[in-house]
Amino acid sequence: MTAISREEVAHLARLARLAVTDEELDMFAGQLDVILQSVARVGEVAAEDIPPTSHSVPLTNVFRPDEPRPGLTRAAALAGAPDSAEDRFRVPRILDEEE
Amino acid sequence: MTYADIVERYEPVIGLETHVELGTRTKMFCSCPTEFGAEPNTQVCPVCLALPGALPVVNAVAIESTIKIGLALNCSIAEWCRFARKNYFYPDMPKNFQISQYDEPLCFDGYLDVEVDGRTVRIEIERVHMEEDTGKTMHIGGSTGRIQGATESLVDYNRAGIPLIEIVTKPVTGTGAMAPEVAKAYVAELRDVLRGLGVSDVRMEQGSLRCDVNTSLNKPGEEWGTRTETKNVNSLRSVERAVRSEIIRQSGILDDGGKITQETRHFHEDTGQTTSGRSKETATDYRYFPEPDLVPVTPAREWVEEIRAGLPEMPRVRRLRLREAWGLSEHDMQSVLNAGAVDLIEATIVAGASSEGARKWWMGELARRSNETGQELDALGITPQWVAELVSLTDAGKLNDKLARQVVEAGLNGEGTPGEIMAARKLEVVSDTGALLEAIDAAIAANPDVAEKIRGGNQGAAGVLIGAVMKTTGGQADAKTVRGLILEKLK
Repeated sequence: MTAISREEVAHLARLARLAVTDEELDMFAGQLDVILQSVARVGEVAAEDIPPTSHSVPLTNVFRPDEPRPGLTRAAALAGAPDSAEDRFRVPRILDEEE
Repeated sequence: MTYADIVERYEPVIGLETHVELGTRTKMFCSCPTEFGAEPNTQVCPVCLALPGALPVVNAVAIESTIKIGLALNCSIAEWCRFARKNYFYPDMPKNFQISQYDEPLCFDGYLDVEVDGRTVRIEIERVHMEEDTGKTMHIGGSTGRIQGATESLVDYNRAGIPLIEIVTKPVTGTGAMAPEVAKAYVAELRDVLRGLGVSDVRMEQGSLRCDVNTSLNKPGEEWGTRTETKNVNSLRSVERAVRSEIIRQSGILDDGGKITQETRHFHEDTGQTTSGRSKETATDYRYFPEPDLVPVTPAREWVEEIRAGLPEMPRVRRLRLREAWGLSEHDMQSVLNAGAVDLIEATIVAGASSEGARKWWMGELARRSNETGQELDALGITPQWVAELVSLTDAGKLNDKLARQVVEAGLNGEGTPGEIMAARKLEVVSDTGALLEAIDAAIAANPDVAEKIRGGNQGAAGVLIGAVMKTTGGQADAKTVRGLILEKLK
């Protein structure tokens, strides 16, 4: 029984915009399967009365007051951008030609 | 095929998803300010730009505002809920995901009652959840700034991370031909509720209230049809037009034996039509999972009850109360609402005017001017205080109707308060009885036959003499006083 199929890995790679070759798909599908199966063993010891855990810290309601604080200057914000124009982040074409 | 024929044969089902930008001072997960119209990328920080290592922290006021909205919409408030990551690749979010809520919204299972043509329609609310707004993209190189054909895009992240509340209705059925009006009435009512709560400035034209409309058609007794989602609906009027145009378009396809494609459609303000969005089938697979950087939200019941106790009067309750207090029919109240005059009339009454007096001017001369110039009533430069003064002057008999109209005219031209205008223009009812009697004598002398009729008991004939007196006094007499004096004289 595999935990994740080769097709699922291909699908996720596409969603994540990752170009993977057939060889890589075979390799990653196998590796991911080992990882998922290992993690799945946790489920074997979890009893009915143990709710699924999404956070490892026993905290709730961590809020901050609604008070503005200065962020980055525009120059600093744009400094890390690969490209910018008109005080904005410049990104390549979003839609492919056929779209 | 007329609209009436279409809704005879098909039942529309609608659903509305409304996004509201909260009016908090800071963003949802960071302390960046949220001023509208700021210079691009001047309200950003490592959190909303998704710089490595930055961690989000929830805005307490955003949670409180969301609970307020939920309670105002008669929702249950979750005892425990989480944020989730909605994963997608689009440069409007630098994180490559949007923090949202998935299957655990903060508020759920509510309703909002709206009035359409005197009928109350209950719109059931599926959920109210929290998320963050996206950045603004500008598309360069294509025609007319559209994304199609663009060679590059420029992004401003000032808006990215502003608290956004999504309010989703359950499917609304059984409204038939009224579906477009129901959709509009719902968004209008929701806007009024949100404005009353003070949680958002709810300006559709600035995008702080945005609406997507789902529409489908089915034949009576059959299952619901395939729905389309219409976006870009940016005014109340457009909500109504978008639903109507989708009903007409879909019925045309169904009548020809065609099938409705489940798709996103864009509404065009200029043509009133919708066009297909991206046709390419991109399966929406957002791979939601609990946001690991934010801990669960568990609003204490005491806090929720405290917020509930502090809620303002709901617009619908207020309307009913005012309608009763002002003694208006449903129809008259609707006119007042449509004119946007409720607050103004209420304030005018608070400033001392009778409800009749306040309504007469706001719904009369002032509404007429507002229609003519396309300005909102509250933008005419006339205040409730101003109208209250005018009403008190007419009530005291210092201004008759005709003079009061002249004062309003002058007031609209910015000539000052009613008192100042009266002084400057020498507009005052002639209360000097001697001067009036003189004019009355002249009128009687000029119309002996009329005077004879009145002496003979025909009081209706007095109108001729009153008219003559008004003419000599340049309209500055009080018709009632003149009438009394004439009848006294010709007893």
